[in-house]
Amino acid sequence: MGEVEKSLAELRKTFKSGRTRSVAWRKNQLRALLDLISDKEEVIFEALHQDLGKHPVEAYRDEIGVVKKSASFALNNVEKWMAPKKGQIPLLFFPAKGEVLPEPLGVVLVLSSWNFPISLALDPLIGAISAGNAVVLKLSENAPACSSFLAKTLPLYLDNSAIKVFEGGADVGNELLQHKWDKIFFTGSSRVGCLVMTAAAKHLTPVTLELGGKCPAILDSLSNPSDMKAAVKRIVGAKWGACSGQACIGVDYVLVEDNFKSTLIELLKKTIKKFYGENPKSSKSNARIINKHHFERLRNLLEDPLVADSIVHGGSSDEENLFIEPTILLNPPLEAEIMTEEIFGPLLPIITIDKIQESIDIINSRSKPLAIYAFTKDETLKRKILAETSSGSVVFNDTMIQFLCDALPFGGVGQSGFGRYHGKYSFDTFSHEKAVLQRSFFPEIEPRYPPWNSFKLKFIRLAYNFDYLGLLLLLMGLKR
Amino acid sequence: MAIEGEKKVFEVELEASSLVKEIRESYATGKTRSYKWRMSQLQRLVQMLEHHEQEIAEAIVADLSKPKFEALAYEVAMLKNSCSLAIKKLKHWMVPEKVKTSITTFPSSAEIVPEPLGVVLVISPWNYPFLLSLDPVIGAIAAGNAVVLKPSEVSPATSSLLAKLVGEYMDNSLIRVVEGGVAETTALLEQKWDKICYTGNGKVGRIVMAAAAKHLTPVLLELGGKSPVVVDSSINLQVATRRIIAGKWGCNNGQTCVAPDYVLTTKDFAPKLVDALKHELEHFFGENPLDSKDLSRIVNSNHFARLTKLLDEDRVSGTIVYGGKSEKSTLKISPTILLDAPRDSLIMNEEIFGPLLPILTVEKVEDSFDIINSGTKPLAAYLFTNNKKLKEQFVMTVSAGGVIVNDTVLHLSVDGLPFGGVQESGMGAYHGKFSFDAFSHKKAVLYRSFAGDAPVRYPPYTKGKLRLMKALIGGSILSAIFALFGLSKD
Repeated sequence: MGEVEKSLAELRKTFKSGRTRSVAWRKNQLRALLDLISDKEEVIFEALHQDLGKHPVEAYRDEIGVVKKSASFALNNVEKWMAPKKGQIPLLFFPAKGEVLPEPLGVVLVLSSWNFPISLALDPLIGAISAGNAVVLKLSENAPACSSFLAKTLPLYLDNSAIKVFEGGADVGNELLQHKWDKIFFTGSSRVGCLVMTAAAKHLTPVTLELGGKCPAILDSLSNPSDMKAAVKRIVGAKWGACSGQACIGVDYVLVEDNFKSTLIELLKKTIKKFYGENPKSSKSNARIINKHHFERLRNLLEDPLVADSIVHGGSSDEENLFIEPTILLNPPLEAEIMTEEIFGPLLPIITIDKIQESIDIINSRSKPLAIYAFTKDETLKRKILAETSSGSVVFNDTMIQFLCDALPFGGVGQSGFGRYHGKYSFDTFSHEKAVLQRSFFPEIEPRYPPWNSFKLKFIRLAYNFDYLGLLLLLMGLKR
Repeated sequence: MAIEGEKKVFEVELEASSLVKEIRESYATGKTRSYKWRMSQLQRLVQMLEHHEQEIAEAIVADLSKPKFEALAYEVAMLKNSCSLAIKKLKHWMVPEKVKTSITTFPSSAEIVPEPLGVVLVISPWNYPFLLSLDPVIGAIAAGNAVVLKPSEVSPATSSLLAKLVGEYMDNSLIRVVEGGVAETTALLEQKWDKICYTGNGKVGRIVMAAAAKHLTPVLLELGGKSPVVVDSSINLQVATRRIIAGKWGCNNGQTCVAPDYVLTTKDFAPKLVDALKHELEHFFGENPLDSKDLSRIVNSNHFARLTKLLDEDRVSGTIVYGGKSEKSTLKISPTILLDAPRDSLIMNEEIFGPLLPILTVEKVEDSFDIINSGTKPLAAYLFTNNKKLKEQFVMTVSAGGVIVNDTVLHLSVDGLPFGGVQESGMGAYHGKFSFDAFSHKKAVLYRSFAGDAPVRYPPYTKGKLRLMKALIGGSILSAIFALFGLSKD
């Protein structure tokens, strides 16, 4: 595929010319992206509806709105972010200036995912652009309408000599990964994350991996019934309200004390009915499963007889419409696939425990998730969860909303990935923070130079301790 | 060491996996997370350095014939400094960082909580065998991790001293040294770590990252490159020369990742620079530098052969203008300067890591920047000049891990600056607080109340909700109010 080589060569040439480094270029690209989003809003709604059956509200909330927010935030802050940060220099080196200067990494590769095919492509792109890089964006073939839309439209708005878009499947991805990049940003599964990092290792390319995991929701006993209702609403919203469960930070499973399970199940059923009506299949607010492959994967999770037995609500599916009903399970076996693999679909297992504190052990027995959600008013439990579990992020008394907070880094740990973005972190993740030290020729610190003797050694020791008084005494011959 | 050679591969692997298992079990007890434990370990480290300073210096001298001064000043003293800083600042570093939240998540509060990654592996090199082993370990401990340290077998005296001292002073259930060579390192790299810190060369850096990829382990790679020095003409030549010499031969005789690798200067200025270098070199190391006690030897015969080969190359030997002497029996090579060795020779393309300094001449000093940028990005780049515009151009356009104007190597000792490479010279950074950060996971935490729920978040979705959603995510209070009242600009 000479296409990739040709594109890379052009991008390297553009980057070398210095064009992407100017503030003006970066801001123009960001403004162009904002124009694209607002001009093509209806087209995007249509593409997202086609690929995933997303309702415009969901599409705006999770995709268009996110991109608008990120681009505006970057536009307003990029100059500030580009400014060097002062570093503390020891008095000994006076006069000296030390700073950390962010610079673009060069030509970067962004590999995006299919579940939020607009925002997971454009949000990292915003980071790469604001940091002054040239970019190749590889879209997911699993969301063909969005992929085709972006592939056709981005070149109409952005600088084609610096930003290129590739469509296609694993073969295109593999081809791209053989080349040398200055950074690779990947959103997707751990399995593919491994392949990406292995390919990157050949060229010592730094990577950011935004992966997934089983994000648990811990539901403590809440005495106030309206709190309980709010908690359940948020859990339902985070399970079925975001791409029908196909979200990396969606709620994967719920942990609750045994005596609350009935209350929980009742409230879940009520809330599902309120959101999706008597017949969720006909609700326009319910996104679809992305394709047959994932539909079958999800249906297979329910095939295990012990799992099927644990279904307390839902369970039906319609292959033609790629629809799976919001399904609740009560205590499926912990060794079943539905409890060992990331579900990424509209099936919600409830796991009951004797005491809510046990959730911590269950969570820790699995790999570190991208997020942990905990609904509780117990400050001790909150502290325990924070101190004894590890996850990309933790949200108390809500779900998924950390995604909208630009001041918080968004990323995983352990199997859920490494690196982070959003807000300034997007700029940072595509930058090299170069240390810059500037000195003058005077004064000279003689003890730096050979030939060595004990005076010089004493001097250096005192210098390391910033013991300026000691140094003075030494220099005056008053220190032995 | 002979015993290691006879060990079977699977025994080594078994040892590595049971070691990791044991340490994970200790880590799971939560012991490393307390401020008390971290401080106790850091304090023990300082004690260790103070009580065994001479022993440590002697081991380094045994491994490298490094001048004792360098061992004490650039390894022991720097380590003590690093440890003292961590002790002084740890409480502050451990405090969660409060961050501002916007109307989109109102009402809420948020913070970023640093937590340890878990069990980390530090693989260190032979050239600063003490410093580069324990400096990352200080960061790992400060961040609350358990650590396994694998020192280089090429510096065996320090490796074995490290094993002994760490065994005596540190908490062995959580901090361990594993000695050995390729077999042991390979076995360790097969295990699952929460972070790997490797200091060394790019070839092994790739192997480390590929091994890390299998477990999705993040890495800190401190590698190397050809760190250039650009010398302009209108400068204080004597000071510049001394600083170049101190950074090149005064630091382990050129065997330093940020040592000036080669010099770029104008054709006109080169003769003056060569003369100044010769003069100052003699001043520092005497007329017979092979006899000087202030110069490290070459670490072993492999590297000795590698370096002499660089000089022996056909069109290169003729360009030597100073030095070029070597003594195989003592593994010593004298400070050597070359003038305009061919651009395609090995010495001009590989990281030298030794006491050979090629000078490359250019027409205009600005031409150097293109030459530097045409190669792989080095760990450091240096410029000596009084010209403000040249300084700006250099800082803005030359990409390297770090750059210094009018000095060399010094940025390593500045805790306020991150130390790390870019592209071929590495990824990630450490020193000072950057060490703490390198071994931490910064966990985002958002606190919400049960009130303050915008129904617009939830199905069933309607056009009205879309209007309100747009206003809320846009962040403008006014438009949110408008939308709530059914008024809208759309």
